[in-house]
Amino acid sequence: MTAPVPCDICIINSILLLQVTVRDALNQAMDEELERDERVFLLGEEVAQYDGAYKVSRGLWKKYGDKRIIDTPITEMGFAGIAVGAAMAGLRPICEFMTFNFSMQAIDQVINSAAKTYYMSAGLQSVPIVFRGPNGASAGVAAQHSQCFAAWYGHCPGLKVVSPWSAEDARGLLKSAIRDDNPVVFLENELMYGVPFEMSEEVQSKDFLIPIGKAKIERQGTHITLVSHSRMVSLCLDAAAVLAKEGIECEVINMRTIRPLDAEAIETSIMKTNHLVTVEGGWPQFGIGAEILARIMEGPAFNYLDSPAVRVTGVDIPMPYAKILEDNSVPQIKDIIFSIKKTLNV
Amino acid sequence: MRKMLTIISNVLRGSASRNGARVVVSARTYADFTPQASFDIKKCDVHKLEEGPPLQAVLTREEGLQYYRTMQTIRRMELKADQLYKQKIIRGFCHLYDGQEACAVGIEAGINLSDHLITAYRAHGYTLTRGGTVREIMAELTGRRGGIAKGKGGSMHMYTKHFYGGNGIVGAQVPLGAGVALACKYLGKNELCVCLYGDGAANQGQIFETYNMASLWKLPCIFICENNKYGMGTSVERAAASTDYYKRGDFIPGLRVDGMDVLCVREATKLAAEHCRSGKGPILMELQTYRYHGHSMSDPGISYRTRDEIQEVRSKSDPISMLKDRMLSNNMASVEELKEIDVEVRKEIEDAAQFATTDPEPPLDDLCNHIFYNDPPMEVRGTNPWTKLKSIS
Repeated sequence: MTAPVPCDICIINSILLLQVTVRDALNQAMDEELERDERVFLLGEEVAQYDGAYKVSRGLWKKYGDKRIIDTPITEMGFAGIAVGAAMAGLRPICEFMTFNFSMQAIDQVINSAAKTYYMSAGLQSVPIVFRGPNGASAGVAAQHSQCFAAWYGHCPGLKVVSPWSAEDARGLLKSAIRDDNPVVFLENELMYGVPFEMSEEVQSKDFLIPIGKAKIERQGTHITLVSHSRMVSLCLDAAAVLAKEGIECEVINMRTIRPLDAEAIETSIMKTNHLVTVEGGWPQFGIGAEILARIMEGPAFNYLDSPAVRVTGVDIPMPYAKILEDNSVPQIKDIIFSIKKTLNV
Repeated sequence: MRKMLTIISNVLRGSASRNGARVVVSARTYADFTPQASFDIKKCDVHKLEEGPPLQAVLTREEGLQYYRTMQTIRRMELKADQLYKQKIIRGFCHLYDGQEACAVGIEAGINLSDHLITAYRAHGYTLTRGGTVREIMAELTGRRGGIAKGKGGSMHMYTKHFYGGNGIVGAQVPLGAGVALACKYLGKNELCVCLYGDGAANQGQIFETYNMASLWKLPCIFICENNKYGMGTSVERAAASTDYYKRGDFIPGLRVDGMDVLCVREATKLAAEHCRSGKGPILMELQTYRYHGHSMSDPGISYRTRDEIQEVRSKSDPISMLKDRMLSNNMASVEELKEIDVEVRKEIEDAAQFATTDPEPPLDDLCNHIFYNDPPMEVRGTNPWTKLKSIS
């Protein structure tokens, strides 16, 4: 595959490729789903007249008005509950948390009211809702604004938990989440909002969906399997590029979905490469990597491992503010490379 | 006589600035100025209260100069922070307090340092009035080891003795404040807690839960809503079914105060403090104030309000100008004297900024410290299983 030509619109073999940022992909996905289904609406802080705290809902209020795009007061427990109730009564809300740190104020509604209800009602009452917003570390926002909630939500049966990386992921997964009849926690990443990705014509189509629960191999490799989600996928690809020069070929798997976990994709890869390193931004204890490693231990791929599987994670501390400390609190490319080499014993 | 003194003072001041030494401005100082004056202050609307604060406040010259200096320090410090943020020397979140100085200064004038205070994220002004220095505040903003939280907290997480931050989650500080008040009552030291929140937070459920318990248990808690008319980008009318924030405590007595007038704030705070200390339970104050900057440095602040509105408040209600005009028109200070305070404040800010930009970042071996208090040293996992870091209390 040739290197992409550095221009906004590239015409290669009559396929129209667009450069689209993750933010715009999310915006377009919501716009199209709002248009497609009258029952879909968006609520959250500053989503309407302010165009979204991170501009993800830019232009939507202007287009759809007060009924479909609702500014809420700063009252997460209340408006999350209201959103769940609306979903129970036949609407399809998108409930935005300005960041998932604030979802902690509402977590009872997400778990006890949204996630468990279909089960408790033995199939009588479904909750077609999407909770979305930025998750995880940003830049310089300190301890109370930097936590990753993938493991917390991934722990709960009844929830689907999705963590897109690229613009294509954002688009396809958000559309799937909105069309899904179940509660979906949609974990975005603030640092990825402005990153552009190439988007093919197929991905730009209004019915382009990415199935929830299926991982994607972003880079084929033979020596080791790297499993990651969200922004860390970028770091894995960067690490892989560096190691390729040394003759080490990494297979990089983009999880795309946290729950249900695509263990099969990971197992298939390990059976080929015999080594595993997981990479996540969140804390190590009881985390995403911990779950993946446990599943591998319990499954058929264990016998294919030539060395113990290993996790690269955030440091087990609250997020500090100072830049030098913050930089050393999250995985860096060098940490991934180091762990790969230790695992491969090179 | 006055004219002669003026001439002498000018000469002395001239020689003082040539020497570069800070010299007390001549003998003119004490003989000529009014030592104190009485000022009319706006009447406070009250809720379930027999009487509001008095309609007049007495201000001494010393108090006036001190309030002026502190408000000016906060103002200049915040403007410097704006500058440093635009130069990317401060990063992350930065919520500036300029425009609201009379609140922080007026409240502190109505309580003691031995009392307690907690607020949300627009906290730089309170960090100062509660005993922090400009140096350590600015160094915290720039993330250096000399910062008030050693660089680990940042803008929203600054603490001093009896000042519990600096809190990032909207509304969460209110139950915390009532908890501090509970401890005050429990320990019987006649201290109280001032518990601040904004108009945006005022709709939070946890605040109403707190009102209930504080009232039931008669906690010595002064709830203060700093109503600056906008919760991030949302005006009060769009967020609250009732914008009479001083009444929202329902069974808790309340008063609505002109938050741009430091004297009004002080008198109201004194009344509130008296109420709490006499065992009557909590009380609620709404301070009507205004922020010149947007919600944070990433908000230009003009998409939801007009530049005209901001300009109008600046020209008609600026808290520092109001105090200055009062003092000058009552001969409580001279123009030169106030200018000199301005110069001193500017220098203090410059020095602090210099420190904040040259002090080194925290050392890497501080990364894992301060997880637990009073615990033996422990090991902390780094980014990978081979990296074991050390954590000390």
